[in-house]
Amino acid sequence: MSTSTIDRLEGSRRAARAAASERAVSRAEGWRRRGPLLPALVFTIIVTQLPFLVTIWYSLRAQNLLRPGEDLFVGLANYVDIAADSTFRQTALNSVVITLGCVLVAMVLGIVLALLLDRPFAGRGVARTMLITPFLVMPVASSVLWSVALLNPTYGLLNWAIGLLGIEAVDWTSTFPVVAILMALVWQWTPFMMLLVLAGLQAQPKDVLEAASVDGAGPWRTFTSITLPHLRRYIELGVLLGVIYVVNTFDQIYLMTAGGPGTASANLPFYIYQRAFLGFDIGQAAAMGVVVVIATIIVASAALRLIFRSFEVKE
Amino acid sequence: MSADTRTSLRPARGRATGGVLTTLTWLLALAFFFPVAWMAATAFKQENQAASDPPTWFFSPTLDQFRAVIEGGSGTYVANSAIATGVSTLLVLLLGVPAAYALSIRPVEKVSDVLFFFISTKMLPVVAVIVPIYVVAGQLKVLDNIWTLVVLYTAMNLPIAVWMMRSFFLEVPGEVLEAASVDGAGLMRTMRSVLLPMVAPGIAATALICVIFAWNEFFFALNLTASRAATVPVLIVSTMTSEGLFLARLCAAALLASLPVIIAGWVAQKQLVRGLSMGAIK
Repeated sequence: MSTSTIDRLEGSRRAARAAASERAVSRAEGWRRRGPLLPALVFTIIVTQLPFLVTIWYSLRAQNLLRPGEDLFVGLANYVDIAADSTFRQTALNSVVITLGCVLVAMVLGIVLALLLDRPFAGRGVARTMLITPFLVMPVASSVLWSVALLNPTYGLLNWAIGLLGIEAVDWTSTFPVVAILMALVWQWTPFMMLLVLAGLQAQPKDVLEAASVDGAGPWRTFTSITLPHLRRYIELGVLLGVIYVVNTFDQIYLMTAGGPGTASANLPFYIYQRAFLGFDIGQAAAMGVVVVIATIIVASAALRLIFRSFEVKE
Repeated sequence: MSADTRTSLRPARGRATGGVLTTLTWLLALAFFFPVAWMAATAFKQENQAASDPPTWFFSPTLDQFRAVIEGGSGTYVANSAIATGVSTLLVLLLGVPAAYALSIRPVEKVSDVLFFFISTKMLPVVAVIVPIYVVAGQLKVLDNIWTLVVLYTAMNLPIAVWMMRSFFLEVPGEVLEAASVDGAGLMRTMRSVLLPMVAPGIAATALICVIFAWNEFFFALNLTASRAATVPVLIVSTMTSEGLFLARLCAAALLASLPVIIAGWVAQKQLVRGLSMGAIK
């Protein structure tokens, strides 16, 4: 008997065994497998999905916590109000500007820093530790730090620094509120991007880089035609995760500008918070929440396809 | 110029660029670190030195501000933060590790749908659910109750933990599991004596990420707590609004509040990357 016949026999026996085990997997096994998953799944559904269903219900009612007796079904009236609400549109635009501005600037800075850190030099670990620290500072603490210690118009450090250059003091949080918030956000998120890109750089196959240098490719050529394509997956992941987190920014806005002046620097989370907890307008706030979720789903379904590719999720 | 001199020039020029790049790296590192250093320095100042124009660079450090923060009734806030962070992280691991197991080692059907569901809850904006949570918590009389935060922080971190732990389980070589089942080890024994020790570093990394997010969380804490269940971030905000002019004390509070996470992050830099990418980046 030749070895290939043995292989084939062995193979068909294995296939038969697999088919048998597949049948056995069926019911009991199915539940035994699902068992460990169910507590987490049920918990997540109850805590995250039920409240959202309630949000949809509230969005169809006129309810104000300041007037407890009043609770009417108003159909889509809350949504019609939102469509006519120019503040809602402005805060939606602010959300986009703040999110994209922060993620893109942080990513560019993060790439630069990651490239700088990917070279061997004395004290590299210390430099890296210093660079990741902004991400570890409690966001509430960093908002306080930026608004009071760094951007304060009279004793803030930034005004003192530009004063040395002969530029007059600026009241950052009221004159350029979005810029002030972006400064604090970019400072916090650059280390995040840097860490992801750095991990990408360090996962680069060294032999490919060597081959490129043997073939006479200069550093720029190597960067654009080898390193950047390799980094693509890491950059996409960083942008995606960054957007997920930054779009929900609340702490910096609440503490640095309170959305002001007026609503100039309010994003959607902050505006909805104002309507719900300062205006006690439950119906309106709920309807805005629903609109935000729908918008998120549209953006997220595209993003999720990307994330699945990055994570190489397989059945 | 002959080819010889060109090649001999190269290393010298390379060294010069290298020096420039290293200097640039240090300048940027100092720039990014500077606000934290300034916060720390201000915490050691007297109030009149903290809010001075021009800024005070040289001073004799004092611990007065730290004393004021610690003796000013911060105990309850720290205890609340510790409970919310510790218990929620424990719950996340208790729920998340088995779930990740069921999505990797002995997978259920439709793994990618389940994973999709978990990650999609992270994309659900928190503001969209805060209203019903607030109203329902009010009806259940669990507003200003630390266990409400525990439940919410568990839900907030569970998807991250499931994704992360799954990536660690997938790294366990199949032969190890086969060997364990050939030896007749049951599910629980395989789990306890083979699997868990192998993914222990993963569990630590997951716990670290959960601790960071729970400790720093502010939105739920602001809206769902008042005096009894308020956490450290709320303490900082109330310090700021009630004593806005006490910059040095504010910096001391902010520094103390940030220190646990800063130190944890410094110690566990490698795990940090993996956690932040939810296990996608090794």
